[in-house]
Amino acid sequence: MTTPIFEIRDVSYNYYEKMETTVALQNINLKINRGEFMAIVGPNGSGKSTLLKLILGIKKLQEGEILINGKPASRKNRETKVGYVSQKAASFAKGFPATVKEVVLSGLTKKRGLFKRFNKEDYDALDYVLDLLDIEDLKDKNIASLSGGQTQRVFIARALINNPEILVLDEPTEGIDARNINSFYEVLTLLKEEGTTILLVTHDIGVVIDQADTVACLNEHLHFHGTNQEFRNLDEAQLSKVYGFPIQLVSHDHDRSCCEVPHVN
Amino acid sequence: MLIDALQTYEFMRYSFISGIIVGLIAPLLGTFIVVRRLSLIADALSHISLGGITFGVYITSVTGFLINPLITAVLFSIVGALSIEKMRTVYKHFSEISIPIIMSLGIALSVVFLSLSNGFNQDLFGYLFGSISAVTRNDLILISIIGVIVVSFVVLLYKEMFLLSFDEEYSEVMKISGVIHFIFIVLVALVISASMRIVGTLLVSAMMTLPVAAAMRITSSFKTLILMSIIFGEISVLIGLILGFYLDIAPGGMIVLVAIFILAMTFVVNRIGVKMNA
Repeated sequence: MTTPIFEIRDVSYNYYEKMETTVALQNINLKINRGEFMAIVGPNGSGKSTLLKLILGIKKLQEGEILINGKPASRKNRETKVGYVSQKAASFAKGFPATVKEVVLSGLTKKRGLFKRFNKEDYDALDYVLDLLDIEDLKDKNIASLSGGQTQRVFIARALINNPEILVLDEPTEGIDARNINSFYEVLTLLKEEGTTILLVTHDIGVVIDQADTVACLNEHLHFHGTNQEFRNLDEAQLSKVYGFPIQLVSHDHDRSCCEVPHVN
Repeated sequence: MLIDALQTYEFMRYSFISGIIVGLIAPLLGTFIVVRRLSLIADALSHISLGGITFGVYITSVTGFLINPLITAVLFSIVGALSIEKMRTVYKHFSEISIPIIMSLGIALSVVFLSLSNGFNQDLFGYLFGSISAVTRNDLILISIIGVIVVSFVVLLYKEMFLLSFDEEYSEVMKISGVIHFIFIVLVALVISASMRIVGTLLVSAMMTLPVAAAMRITSSFKTLILMSIIFGEISVLIGLILGFYLDIAPGGMIVLVAIFILAMTFVVNRIGVKMNA
């Protein structure tokens, strides 16, 4: 049996603020295998972002453990093996006076180390990822002048330049129009073909059904974890239960896709 | 006449050399301050530095032991910077509240120490609005040391400071945000103390933001933004000092007016550019 690239074991997390305790995650167990594309779905406040911050090491674990390649996730192996594309990426790029080249190279900051400048190897890596994502002609463009879809590619390039073993994306299509969303998922398909392990946190269940290998539904607890096909076979009632709140399915002509629509009583 | 004055008077040379250093380091660090949307921190720190200056003046007047107020300004500014940072974490969702707290503390301390040391004097006017004649040899040495420290840190930590400025969350993921931010805020405190002698406490934040605001209108890369900000900063300082000398006006006002003129010019250039492209 292969060792999962990433394993979350018995992870629970609570927030303590103003004398009150809020439970964010309870007893979460998840495994991601090499080359797998996993989607984590769940409503707002379901603990998706908390889980992501624990995976990225922004928050400290309170209970449970996270393993990378079978070993406890330390600062060092997390930094080098996890590439991250933030939900907020597109918003802070607005108006920022920096070129695509400067932004993508910044992904190598930690790897290059303190007091050292980027070298030829880094510039070669830059050219490689820009070419991979088909944005080499944007290299010297200002980041603020790009479309939403192009900006997302730039942030994926920044995450990939480190050659990470797993790419973590936090609702990356938030605020991006339909055409750019399609182009964004084309990039993910390409990366998947290249063997990149992908962990995607999203609201978009339709896309999850189309693209992901496995789906995890989170709402404080892990309500469902299975293959894309198993997720497809759930009926509305089951889906509402695993998703944590009532939703309706909307079918398209060619495929069964769905979106989150709360029932109106 | 200016050349004669520079050859004849040491204080003139001190002012111009200090001015050139400030014209370099204020916009250099100002670029990071502006893009991180921390412009108001410069204002708060300049006010707490004024508290440091009045404290230095007060200690000198009480003990008779001559203390360079720039040194007390540097100390107050660093403590103020660290306090702002502490409060930004305490008031996580209202982090800007730390700025008026530190700003009012600075003004309150200034008023108290001023009253205790028997009121306003000419020296203090120089600290408020800048002065050509007040820069001493010791001030120049201190400003030069600060200049070397600031330039060295920015050159050595450029890529870390860029990442922190562009995407704080990502620098957190890479675990470089804490230390770099700490160094950054101490550097800001140093630059403010160094710039006070030339542009004055009340206008020091302008020196860190106006050249950057102008450069932003015409540049697209971060490195060019830094370079253009420094060029605009140097032009402002030199023309401001020369005008201040000939018109016998506190240089701070003239320097800032020149910086605002440059900013206005970039608006005009931009407008013409837009019309030509249309």
